[in-house]
Amino acid sequence: MIEVIDTERCTACDICVNVCPTNVFDKTDGIPVIARQGDCQTCFLCELYCPEDALFVSPFAEAPQAVDVAALKEAAVLGSYRRAVGWTDENRHLRAADRSYRLFGH
Amino acid sequence: MVSSSLEELSITADVLIVGGGMAGAWAAVSAAQAGARVVLADKGYCGTSGVTAAAGPGHWWVPPDPPTARDAVVANRVAAGLGLGEAEWMYRILDQTWRTLPTLAPSYKFGVDDEGRVNYRAVRGPEYMRALRQHVLNHGVTILDHSPVIELLARADGSIGGARGQRRQDGGRAYRIEAGAVVLAAGGTSFLSHLLGSRTNTGDGYLMAAEAGAELSGMEFTAAYTIAPAHSTMTRSMAYAFATYSDADGNELDLPFGPDQTVRLARALQRGPVYCLLDRLPDDIKVRLHTISPNVPLVFDRWGVDPYRDRFEVTLHNDGTIRGIGGVRVHDLDCATSVPGLFVAGDNASREKVAGAISGGGNVNSAWALSSGTFAGRAAARVARGTKARLTELRPLGRAGLRPRGLPKAVDVASARDVVRAQMHPFDKNLFRTEKGLTESARVLEDLWREVANHGQDGSIALRETAALLATARWSVATAAARKESRGLHRREDYPARDPQLAGRLLSSGLDQVRVALDRPSASVRPDQLEAVS
Ligand SMILES: Cc1cc2nc3c(=O)[nH]c(=O)nc-3n(C[C@H](O)[C@H](O)[C@H](O)COP(=O)(O)OP(=O)(O)OC[C@H]3O[C@@H](n4cnc5c(N)ncnc54)[C@H](O)[C@@H]3O)c2cc1C
Ligand code: SF4
Ligand code: SF4
Repeated sequence: MIEVIDTERCTACDICVNVCPTNVFDKTDGIPVIARQGDCQTCFLCELYCPEDALFVSPFAEAPQAVDVAALKEAAVLGSYRRAVGWTDENRHLRAADRSYRLFGH
Repeated sequence: MVSSSLEELSITADVLIVGGGMAGAWAAVSAAQAGARVVLADKGYCGTSGVTAAAGPGHWWVPPDPPTARDAVVANRVAAGLGLGEAEWMYRILDQTWRTLPTLAPSYKFGVDDEGRVNYRAVRGPEYMRALRQHVLNHGVTILDHSPVIELLARADGSIGGARGQRRQDGGRAYRIEAGAVVLAAGGTSFLSHLLGSRTNTGDGYLMAAEAGAELSGMEFTAAYTIAPAHSTMTRSMAYAFATYSDADGNELDLPFGPDQTVRLARALQRGPVYCLLDRLPDDIKVRLHTISPNVPLVFDRWGVDPYRDRFEVTLHNDGTIRGIGGVRVHDLDCATSVPGLFVAGDNASREKVAGAISGGGNVNSAWALSSGTFAGRAAARVARGTKARLTELRPLGRAGLRPRGLPKAVDVASARDVVRAQMHPFDKNLFRTEKGLTESARVLEDLWREVANHGQDGSIALRETAALLATARWSVATAAARKESRGLHRREDYPARDPQLAGRLLSSGLDQVRVALDRPSASVRPDQLEAVS
């Protein structure tokens, strides 16, 4: 479930508001808010689209979790999904690294 | 009917596509290529919504050469489909997928294998759907994001001429689209399980089709479940082909990978918690798991679990009609429904023709979504061209949750959803089916349906979704009760064998009165085997 928007990193670009398929966020005059946390489908896609690595989605889908944002930043967890998928400049090569076709038959 | 005071937004198009997942996006492209002005409305955001974006679909992908290769896979699939699949349709979607998927190349970077060959078969969900959105926009399609369609609009002759919906990021502003033809591609439903990416898929397309008079087919095949780490949504199951299972005391459980694994795992879960270890995953896959499906290891990393060494608890999430089968009956080769002007694609359509009575997960589903979308979009464009000026009055078709039969009253949406979940998720009700259990489910769902249909009126998205979930659950339960045998995904504890007389498809229809009938009744089926279910 979406747990946090890091206000230090967020630039209020509103991309997360647009792309969240379940309309969890609301725009404000500044940084968006997590307005309907209970509607979150734990798909991690907002994390992927956030250009500032300002979001954290916990894999626990059923209930909110307390999170320590400073520790998550320290451990470079924020943005880890985006890096893994290759949606950062340094990790672009990972996009082409897909070898999944080897694992799936017809 | 709509809470917004803003004036209704009015739009005209040749073709309206409802839903912007894989099927809707391909339908939009195909309609646009056929010359239509296309509007695509999605409840969420075309590009992240639907079950593809968070996953990574492998397509049914078989080269046309040598022809025997396709003959072999089709023959296998026909046999596996247990009498409900059709070879002709299988060839069609193999061919369409083969020809259409590579056209995404300008927007999507397909992988290249070690021998330098381009791999089209397996794509990565988030990028694939981002690319499809771009592809749709490149074809001049207008996308309305965060604009759930609430109901269809009919012309005087009963044909479908548009839809109404709400702009949920614009104060709930109502909109109305007049269109020459409509393609329903609103996905299937997991009945709000934690199946990855399925939250916006609440069966809305089934409800709207039924309100227009279309039938559904194969709704009994909703007993598909997928493994996931407990408390997570991560229903990507590839790595579990290499798992070892144990109970709470650490005793190893015999759950061999294969078609029976889900059933065995469900039985084990009925006895107590089940734990899993991915210790048998080959080293080369371990190394690549982060690039094959990056969100799978993400869950473990964030939990501080090493799935190759630490046991973790697992669960099964219901797939409903998403990796299951049922949906709106496909009437002809164009993916038309029985209602003029209304087409259907992807999980919103019944997939029996290509999957038969078993899941199409892993390859057939994606090929179906792409192909049925392509067929439906093209045909909808043709129908729209032949439609006269749209000066006719359009009649709104929405009923339950919108236009109550009795006195309006507040309906508790959250508890209504819990009731649907409680009938459609538990193994003892939906996986191991019995006459008794199905009768009880039917009664509970019927009571709730009456409350929603008689009193619900706020026309909110949540209430319409609830009506759709309920209607879908009722068709599923009624069809499961009528199929007094076990076949594929449908398992009856009280009728464990297949009955050759029931080797046909079951149609369900109706809202206030649910009806079940055999599709194209054949002489081999005894009439007394099916009774109307209400
Ligand atoms: C985890 C997972 C992995 C899978 N992997 C594979 C695989 O490897 N191979 C394979 O063949 N299949 C796979 N499948 C199945 C496959 O992804 C689906 O069959 C396919 O995505 C169906 O596409 P669709 O467009 O019909 O539905 P979806 O992609 O679900 O799209 C439906 C869209 O309709 C929208 N919508 C819903 N209601 C409304 C409304 N009222 N108004 C407007 N829009 C609405 C939704 O927001 C959504 O965008 C997988 C499924 C899951 C869950
Ligand atoms: S996408 Fe990231 S940076 Fe942009 S508004 Fe959302 S949290 Fe802030
Ligand atoms: S995880 Fe998915 S559903 Fe949840 S807030 Fe992010 S994008 Fe929205």
